[in-house]
Amino acid sequence: MQKRSIIPIVYILFLMLPIYWLVAMSFKTTNEILSGFSLFPQTFTLENYVTIFTDPTWYWGYINSILYVSINTVISVAVALPAAYAFSRYRFLGDKQLFFWLLTNRMAPAAVFALPFFQLYSAVGIFDTHLAVALAHCLFNIPLAVWILEGFMGGIPKELDETAYVDGYSFPRFFGTIFIPSIKAGVGVAAFFCFMFSWVELLLAKTLTAVAAKPIAATMTKTASSAGYELGLLAAAGTLTIIPGAIVIWFVRNYIAKGFAMGRV
Amino acid sequence: MKTENQKAWFFVLPVLVLVAFNALIPMMTVVNYSVQETFGDNVFFWQGLDWFEQILRSDRFHAALGRQFLFTFLILIIEVPLGIIIALAMPRKGFWVPVCLVTMALPMLIPWNVVGAMWNIFTLPDIGLLGYFLNHVLGVSYDMTQNPLAAWVTIVTMDVWHWTSLVVLLAYAGLVSIPDAYYQAAKIDGASNWAVFRFIQLPKMKTVLTIAILLRFMDSFNIYTEPFVLTGGGPGNSTTLLSIDLVKIALGQFDLGPAAAMSLIYFAITLLVSWLFYTLMTKDDLN
Repeated sequence: MQKRSIIPIVYILFLMLPIYWLVAMSFKTTNEILSGFSLFPQTFTLENYVTIFTDPTWYWGYINSILYVSINTVISVAVALPAAYAFSRYRFLGDKQLFFWLLTNRMAPAAVFALPFFQLYSAVGIFDTHLAVALAHCLFNIPLAVWILEGFMGGIPKELDETAYVDGYSFPRFFGTIFIPSIKAGVGVAAFFCFMFSWVELLLAKTLTAVAAKPIAATMTKTASSAGYELGLLAAAGTLTIIPGAIVIWFVRNYIAKGFAMGRV
Repeated sequence: MKTENQKAWFFVLPVLVLVAFNALIPMMTVVNYSVQETFGDNVFFWQGLDWFEQILRSDRFHAALGRQFLFTFLILIIEVPLGIIIALAMPRKGFWVPVCLVTMALPMLIPWNVVGAMWNIFTLPDIGLLGYFLNHVLGVSYDMTQNPLAAWVTIVTMDVWHWTSLVVLLAYAGLVSIPDAYYQAAKIDGASNWAVFRFIQLPKMKTVLTIAILLRFMDSFNIYTEPFVLTGGGPGNSTTLLSIDLVKIALGQFDLGPAAAMSLIYFAITLLVSWLFYTLMTKDDLN
């Protein structure tokens, strides 16, 4: 048994190495980075972090990202809940085709849509707003949320619905007070996945914003190219983008395995 | 059994509206561009299927498509078995389970361009941890801005780092759903480790592994940001995958017609392969 645990340990070490390097870099001065190789920061500095937390173009990047990710998560889960219920409980005309069509949107390369999205959202007049990015990310997050929630709802016996109706519950009351609480884990996992994919996506977020709603990731690419080689600053900004994900993942740690299986185990 | 109820459409309507707004309108724009020629100023000329023919015959597209299939093939052949091995070796209960799950999932929550930037910093020949180790400790000459092979090894390693955990988590979810009684029965029968894997664990993991393969196929086939940030498609064109080439044509050269035609061909290929996986998967659900 002990011998076996070597495999996950080695794997986790492999995962942590590049992250360690990013964090180590973020505490080094630019001079130290460019002057040569050092395994640990020799002159430990917080200067890079100070720059990020005092420069509005930097910290607004974080606020923007968190804003559109939150809006997207709320919209996606809210509209996916009734839809997933319909798919899990009823047969209706074109249900299978519709379900597959929803999934196909998860397959479309974002690169295909970048330019048309820009034109569409400019025409509607919400270019460079948080709402634009949040709505655009619905393209792949809603199908995913429906898929996950449908999986979790499938595990709830239909008798629950029937008993509630016999007891005189109306549909909205049943759905809100009995059904949703009984798939809490599924809702949490769906929200987690929406957060995750909206947080990590950059191509559309960058295309749909200019100044007012610019995501942190786009601020980083601009720094990387315009200010030359500010590796320490880049590393600090990168390190800070890992933190929201790490916090969110901790909350769903007990459901994460089932969540990745879309509730289908 | 599910009951038939056409009113269920009302439940699906908000989803339908939102997704259709995002999917159909841009898709129609792409279709529009794909059959027209423009010289700017919003003046368009009917072009028919010329762009499609041009793309399908162009060596550049064939090369990018070939690289894309090679990349996706490498990803699947490395990540799927590796993910299963790691999942099998993971503890099933106790304190270490959440620790493993959280640390393993962490790479997936890092924005894609940060992943690229991180691997860039990690592999810089003289000041990156990996680059320094290879060049100055092992004495291997490693510089992915010069050497196509090094660039390929790096983007594949990066993706293995980024996404193997998805396969691990899915396979693990399948494994923990196996009741202990199965293992006890196997023990009484004197089944070997291999037999347990082949006849108990693998069949139980079939559905989740299909999901894993489907997701890994879709995402690796559509990959753009990470390799773009890391190698920019270079050196030369050696790591120019389909999406990178597409963005070069669409936004770099602003050849909207050919780019749109290429988008549709690209989408059609993804759709076709994914559909094959999807039919396999739903067939499993029925049994």
